[in-house]
Amino acid sequence: MATDIIIHDKKDNVGVVVIEKITPKQDCACWIMEDDSSTNIQSVDEIPLGHKIAMVDLKEGDAILKYGHDIGKVVKSIKKGEHVHVHNVKTKKW
Amino acid sequence: MEIPKSFLGYKRENGRAGTRNHVIILPVDDISNACAEAVANNIKGTIALPHSYGRLQFGADLELHFRTMIGTGCNPNVAAVIVIGIEPKWTKKIVDGIAKTGKPVEGFHIERTGDIGTTMKASKKAQEFVMWASEKQREECPLSDLWISVKCGESDTTSGLAANPTVGNLMDKLEPLGVHLCFGETSELTGAEQVCATRGATKEASEKFMKTWSSYNDFILKEATDDLSESQPTAGNIAGGLTTIEEKAFGNFQKIGNCKFIDVLEPAEEPTKGKGLYFMDTSSAAAECVTLQAAAGFNIHLFPTGQGNIVGNPIEPVVKLTANPLTVKGMGEHIDCDVSKILSREMNLSEAGDELIKTTLRVANGRLTCAEALGHKEFVMTKLYRSA
Repeated sequence: MATDIIIHDKKDNVGVVVIEKITPKQDCACWIMEDDSSTNIQSVDEIPLGHKIAMVDLKEGDAILKYGHDIGKVVKSIKKGEHVHVHNVKTKKW
Repeated sequence: MEIPKSFLGYKRENGRAGTRNHVIILPVDDISNACAEAVANNIKGTIALPHSYGRLQFGADLELHFRTMIGTGCNPNVAAVIVIGIEPKWTKKIVDGIAKTGKPVEGFHIERTGDIGTTMKASKKAQEFVMWASEKQREECPLSDLWISVKCGESDTTSGLAANPTVGNLMDKLEPLGVHLCFGETSELTGAEQVCATRGATKEASEKFMKTWSSYNDFILKEATDDLSESQPTAGNIAGGLTTIEEKAFGNFQKIGNCKFIDVLEPAEEPTKGKGLYFMDTSSAAAECVTLQAAAGFNIHLFPTGQGNIVGNPIEPVVKLTANPLTVKGMGEHIDCDVSKILSREMNLSEAGDELIKTTLRVANGRLTCAEALGHKEFVMTKLYRSA
């Protein structure tokens, strides 16, 4: 079965697009590596290969979890299915 | 897959084994580059290693310079060395350091002789060395003679998903067979530093790691202007989907698999605690990091990339792998091992690890890497601070 999005850890609230791109309102198949389980999500934005999609609604100040760990803070609220990147997430370091 | 127990390498006088058989012309300082390059141009089969430093350095910065120079000459991928410097004393110090390995080494200084006279004398010796080295044959060496360093570059999210875990899988499989392993990139573990510290094999190793990381982080915080946008992560990282240094760090950290590090090394410091994984305090810039690892004696390098870093090293072959199908398609001439099928789930991590082991052994046995075939010889000294 084709996989559109890979998620590292069950706790993660973002997934990574692993096909050339996903288009708005695409029903995407997601694979969670940690426990080899599957889930689905409908995209909102166009998101290119390697970029992240929000698996849940996120509000300002929330932590982005990837690899099961905190990788930064939300600085602009994000809806489930939207593109997660430098425009709405910042580092907690430096 | 049954892992081969040996590879074909060049046995050296001190018991180490090389994957390459270089005769190098090593300038002590920036102003001796022209002479070193003239010698390498005269004598075919030798290689000059020009660089930018070596004058008026002092303290820890000068010590690092000597450690890098001597370590490069001592690397088992090097059969013999010509050292050329402006002054006799520092030239001799480097010659003496390299001579401890038992390999042929001779130094020349330019002062009072000039470039032309020095080039002539050094060329005669270089010819003797290269013709001697050309008769060396590859012999069967135990796998434990491999000293494997790793560093990733132009990373993207595919690095953390697949290419870096492939290196980690190789480490998990080869560590029990007695190889030496080394990872570095102190700054690029920022965000994952606490998790990385738990991977010290001893309390001492963990504490040494945290001290090393904190010192590097303090330096960055002191010198940083606003944030490190476009340096950490780089513009290439961001284009590839990496958003923060923390995300990059957790991806980076996948390279060590489930291994624990037994010691923390200074930049270019040779490991002395035997087989196993070491952490080295290095910059995260590719050429600087690989140069330091080669100077510590590592004889083959694994370099996972996402967006397509193209770095090479003059003495340590750099094996590239990527999981990004667009990078394979767009710049395949730089990729030695394609693990992009992990993303489409047509290949699992263990299969990818096996592929990388096969590629690593082919390169150890003599197959040129893409970077070697394309002429990448980046030799970049790490400088700690301003000269006096």
